[in-house]
Amino acid sequence: MERVPVLKIGDILLVSIQIDMEDQVALQLQEDLADRIVATGCHGVIIDISALDIVDSFVGRTLATIASISRVLDAETVVVGMRPAVAITLVELGLSLPGIRTALNVELGMELLARHRAEEFTDLDELGDEDEADTPAAAAS
Amino acid sequence: MSEPGQRLEVASDQDVVRVRQLVRTVAVAVKLSLVDQTKLVTAASELARNTLVYGGGGWAEVETVDNGRRKGIRIVFADEGPGIADLDLALTDGYTTGGGLGLGLSGARRLVDEFDIVTEAGQGTTITITKWCR
Amino acid sequence: MALSTEEASRFAGLLQENEDALIGAWTDRVAETLRGRLSRVELQRQTADLYKAFQQALAGGAAGINRDEAAELRAQLSELSDGRARQGFSANETAVSIFAVKDAVLKVIGDDTAALLSFIKLSSFVDEAALFTFENYTRTREGLIADQAEQLLELSTPVVKLWEGVVAVPLVGTLDSARAQVVMERLLQTLVDTGSPYAIIDITGVPAVDTQVAQHILKTVVAARLMGADCIISGIRPQIAQTIVALGIEFGDIATKATLADALRYVLNKNGARKPRER
Repeated sequence: MERVPVLKIGDILLVSIQIDMEDQVALQLQEDLADRIVATGCHGVIIDISALDIVDSFVGRTLATIASISRVLDAETVVVGMRPAVAITLVELGLSLPGIRTALNVELGMELLARHRAEEFTDLDELGDEDEADTPAAAAS
Repeated sequence: MSEPGQRLEVASDQDVVRVRQLVRTVAVAVKLSLVDQTKLVTAASELARNTLVYGGGGWAEVETVDNGRRKGIRIVFADEGPGIADLDLALTDGYTTGGGLGLGLSGARRLVDEFDIVTEAGQGTTITITKWCR
Repeated sequence: MALSTEEASRFAGLLQENEDALIGAWTDRVAETLRGRLSRVELQRQTADLYKAFQQALAGGAAGINRDEAAELRAQLSELSDGRARQGFSANETAVSIFAVKDAVLKVIGDDTAALLSFIKLSSFVDEAALFTFENYTRTREGLIADQAEQLLELSTPVVKLWEGVVAVPLVGTLDSARAQVVMERLLQTLVDTGSPYAIIDITGVPAVDTQVAQHILKTVVAARLMGADCIISGIRPQIAQTIVALGIEFGDIATKATLADALRYVLNKNGARKPRER
């Protein structure tokens, strides 16, 4: 059975799905990711689906499950690169992927994660100097 | 100008992928628009999975059709599984018996132009979908 | 009341005998209705070709326009009607080109009863030919209209980059379902191509919105969100706002702004909120 590779880049796990996944492969990915989040202590997951020409309800549900599991493990998931035709189809299908953050591409996804991390720490820094909002992102890397 | 249909067995996960790929190839061949291709392949994926999971396996047949004005694709999914006892309920958004999202049948119906289902408890299920070129 | 083979070939002979005179008379008759929009020379050539095809079909004993013997004639008629349709001649002007052959023939046929009787049959043959032409003319025109509709779709749906990371679609004119769909697909594709996380759909130029179009816009906004982009709708006219509410369409949490400028300011503000931190 094929397996989708999970890459670690800094504080982020990057998954780029390049194959037409069998359902089992999707479930395997779900497990692999949970293991890797715990093993690496990463706080962000980016799943690039720009190579997928369809997302059906099974894959959609798997993505939602991955997002929920990651959140429990203190990692934020961003799904990036969804094709327009896929998005239109999902809307028609009635699948709105609640709870999943999305971005247009990997770069914007990384920005989104960085911003999210920064926001989490601003709460703590609220009392301090405004400029210190910059530091957590830098400190984390 | 219909060509003879191609029939694939649906008995495993890999078969679902194969059905998707066949439908994609045929959809490209009859020049369905990209969005319509995506909708049709997605619907086929949902229904093939239903055939496998709920029908206990079966087959899918893909053929091109022509009604004189437009070309299209017709796909038949058939199984000899337990059938569907309450069709109206099964076609309701969010209803599921298999732990899914309950969007398979109802969602697939929205993605195609024609959707026909023949089923009876204990008699298996046959679903025929058609998508026409715009 | 079809032509018998015998009668057909008799007319073929008649056409052959009086070729020059008939072509001349026919051309005159057609030229009259076209009022100089085709040159005499070109018209003469067309008429001569058509004349030969008629003669050939009759000589072959064609009893009706759909017979094999009339294949060449059908091809000629198709070409004629295609040409007329594309050059913008009216249906009337096109049909007259065929009917005129009757007037021309009548002048040379003589006035004994037998000749007149067979002329009536020839006449119905010509009528068939004219109907064939007319149908072909309509088909060509319909094709032209469909092509133009498609070109219009291409023309009327610009997606413009408004700012770094912001694209806009200024919609102008009546939106039907097909056009709404094309615009929306193009908008989503542009979001991907330019990597713009914001899109403004400006509907100032849209006079009315029906349920279907509103649904298309809504679906696009949801699809854009799935892709990781935000849509703002601007320029909603009062009547459209009333329709939307009356139709019970839920715009939910979709941002709507009065003008394109407001929408842009709103987006830049949202963007600006995060800009300092990225510095």
